[in-house]
Amino acid sequence: MSTLTPELISAHQLTEQEYQRIVSILGREPNYTELGIFSVMWSEHCSYKSSRVHLKKLPTQGSHVIQGPGENAGVIDVGGGWAVAFKIESHNHPSFIEPFQGAATGVGGILRDIFTMGARPIAVLDSLRFGPLDDPRTGARNRRILAGVVSGIAHYGNCFGVPTVGGECVFETGYSGNPLVNVLALGVARKDRIFYARAAGVGNPVIYVGAKTGRDGIHGASMASAEFTGDARQKRPNVQVGDPFLEKLLLEACLEAMETGAIVAIQDMGAAGLTCSTCEMGSRGGAGIEIDLQYVPQREAGMTPYEIMLSESQERMLLVAEKGREEEVFRVFRKWGLDAVTIGCVTADGMLRVKNHGRVVAEIPNRALADEAPVYERPYTRPLRKYPMDAPPFRSADLEADWKALLASGDVCSKRWIWEQYDYMVRTNTVAGPGGDAAVLRIKETDISLAVALDGNGRYCALAPRQGARLAVAECCRNLSTVGALPVAATNCLNFGNPERPEIMGQLVEAIEGMAEACRFFETPITGGNVSLYNETLGEAIDPTPVVGVVGLLKTGPPLTADFKRPGRAVILLGGLGDCDEIQFGSTQYAKVVLGRIWGLPPALDMDYEKRVQAAMREIAAAGLAESAHDVSDGGLAVALAESSFGPAGVGAVVELASGMREEFLLFHEGPSRILLSTEHPEAVEAIARRHGVEAPRIGVTVEGRIRLAARGRVLVESAIEPLRRLWETALERMLGV
Amino acid sequence: MRFGVVVFPGSNCDHDAWYAISRNLGCPAEFIWHQSQSLGNVDAVILPGGFSYGDYLRCGAIAKFSPVMAAVRRFAADGGLVLGICNGFQILAESGLLPGALIRNRGLKFICRQVELETVTANSPFTCLASKGQTLRMPIAHGEGCYYADERTLDELEAEDRVVFRYRDNPNGSLRDIAGILNRERNVMGLMPHPERATEPLMGSSDGLLVFRSMAAAFAVR
Repeated sequence: MSTLTPELISAHQLTEQEYQRIVSILGREPNYTELGIFSVMWSEHCSYKSSRVHLKKLPTQGSHVIQGPGENAGVIDVGGGWAVAFKIESHNHPSFIEPFQGAATGVGGILRDIFTMGARPIAVLDSLRFGPLDDPRTGARNRRILAGVVSGIAHYGNCFGVPTVGGECVFETGYSGNPLVNVLALGVARKDRIFYARAAGVGNPVIYVGAKTGRDGIHGASMASAEFTGDARQKRPNVQVGDPFLEKLLLEACLEAMETGAIVAIQDMGAAGLTCSTCEMGSRGGAGIEIDLQYVPQREAGMTPYEIMLSESQERMLLVAEKGREEEVFRVFRKWGLDAVTIGCVTADGMLRVKNHGRVVAEIPNRALADEAPVYERPYTRPLRKYPMDAPPFRSADLEADWKALLASGDVCSKRWIWEQYDYMVRTNTVAGPGGDAAVLRIKETDISLAVALDGNGRYCALAPRQGARLAVAECCRNLSTVGALPVAATNCLNFGNPERPEIMGQLVEAIEGMAEACRFFETPITGGNVSLYNETLGEAIDPTPVVGVVGLLKTGPPLTADFKRPGRAVILLGGLGDCDEIQFGSTQYAKVVLGRIWGLPPALDMDYEKRVQAAMREIAAAGLAESAHDVSDGGLAVALAESSFGPAGVGAVVELASGMREEFLLFHEGPSRILLSTEHPEAVEAIARRHGVEAPRIGVTVEGRIRLAARGRVLVESAIEPLRRLWETALERMLGV
Repeated sequence: MRFGVVVFPGSNCDHDAWYAISRNLGCPAEFIWHQSQSLGNVDAVILPGGFSYGDYLRCGAIAKFSPVMAAVRRFAADGGLVLGICNGFQILAESGLLPGALIRNRGLKFICRQVELETVTANSPFTCLASKGQTLRMPIAHGEGCYYADERTLDELEAEDRVVFRYRDNPNGSLRDIAGILNRERNVMGLMPHPERATEPLMGSSDGLLVFRSMAAAFAVR
């Protein structure tokens, strides 16, 4: 007889229909433990029930792809017998409730996803979004959240020994009540030594390794699948506490245990902990799993089966070993001082059978939990739009002041204060670290390097989600091409509001379709990722924020960086001056920062042209023709020119533009498909551009110590480099008051 | 010349040191597990960067009790070359093999950046190929790298020419800009910057190689 009341069922965020479905799967009422298990596995976070039908639209296959979505991380073939596992994941909700631990455990979770594939993590990148630091009402909290998140990421990554090599950090009002913390991790493995989470071999032992299970993080996955109301602090006990040292031990022990050849399958215990790892490994392998909770190492006495199954204690893994070879595995974990205990075995009946001291406390088909969660075709309408279409009248009073305001604004200014807190060099693979268009990491044993970048643009997506998503993919690929890398595969993190609101669901559908179109076009299949919905506080949704991380390949060599190196070089704007109109100008940093309002549409994107610009850039880079290259994006050409002047050489440029475009547009529009480069060989660069059918106007020449930008004989902005650099480099610290 | 690289469970620059020595310096290098009672037949030992045993307490406070540190102490007492980098420096200070302590950076934040060091003395097996006053570029990456000692100790270090490196632009509040020091016998050096991360042009600097080359040269003439 069931004691489950409707209140209890709804407290588990299961609908009446979902509950009935559980009853029909089991052929009986679930008990309390089973209800908990279903509720986490069928939560939005674990089941993707609102997004699944649309995620199918994303391209997932390509010539480099070894493993697409559905495993702990995607895996691509990078040549030379090596593979790269990578994935992005969000930790938005925990980071709002407890910024330090929320962000730290976000890093920990994604690192486990990588090394569970047998890959040693070699890089982390973060995509961060906060409310404005100077907002009179929420600024103090936003500053505290930023500082906490950055320390949390630093704490975990630095101790674990993975370099944090790049990312992005954006400030927008909509993230005040709901910051975004998306972490991408990437690891390398021998191509023939990749491990999967597919239980196999009836009778094989199921082994629990790592930290003991405590009462922390129970229902974290469900929390991440609900919006915040009122005081989120009461959710604080749902956030886990990270121990990067333990994770480092777990990494080394897991990789060493994999070397023994005794491991059949392995999965980390992340969201939904022991529940998720057992039923997913079982389901993927078409096997059953039987465990007895009395063997699970526990941090505190008196834990119930419900609590043990739902705990999200960090730094734990579950593995299946070959029967009879347990001791080989145990020996490795003993060496690293970690618990490793057989808690059950693989069975043939496809069931997740959980016992406690021999008594069955839960019995559910694995498939029902992992693969048969309800899938919703949620109704959707035109995407929510908060901004007007038409441009207000505007005219710049002082272009130079506008330029400086942009350089000192949160989104554009230097993020050095953030990334200097991260060890971005450990493991000595970082060829190009944070602050550039893309991070570049070598694979030591080969002549292959990887380039990685993260991009998203909530403002663009708020105006037109489909176009915003296409632009994010295009820009991310351009970032890679700018350092000379060929983009080959992607991962995505889709951050949206409540999908039960049709106008939010509309944003999600449009963004996924736009991303699918661009990923297909740029041949960067999505090999995995994460969906984070219900990013709302008190009914206020975030801007729709699809974030994409793209991995590219290049030959190891001295990096091509953004800064001008020597005076007297030709400055070329590969892709041309681009175009803009009043409607599109409403999505720019200029509109946001200088005019304090947003309207209209994102920039236009000609994907075919974009692809040719990128191909030309890669060819120029490979031929060693460019001394510097920098993607033109936020803040437009004037900002890109300044950023290229902030290198150690102290070299700027004098630029003269032959264009009748409106001056604000000319300097600050954010049209894509443009890369600013300097070269000693302009003719050779122009010849390559011509061959790709790409404009490459020679717009100026590099000079010592200053920047000047003129159009048709009139100087628009001009400055010595040093004061400008100081402005740009210290802006974030000024905003933080440190 | 054979190098040993000690591996504490939380060491995370052990591979980097091994790579710098075996690939970029071209000397054999082997790992030494923290529970080893002996260092085997190595000619120099490196305590690498990282977080030895998690370092949730004071950095290196637990490491000093490890079996391998007893062996390192004996090795140092016999005149063997010991180089402690970053966490290794913290462990040497905790173990009493070097004077002073490494406390939290003045700005209370972890800092990772390239810095310039002044080579204060060439009279050491770690800098014998450098010239006094030479500037070396190598990175720092630490949260607790502010060198602290009492005035008398600092005076003594300077009087005995035991300050090896100073920061040109002090990043962490270290007293008298100290980045690296020697023991009295001059066979043990601790420094917060990472020479192993600066051993090839691709990493932005090869200046760190000078430290390892010096060790090899000093060993050769012994």
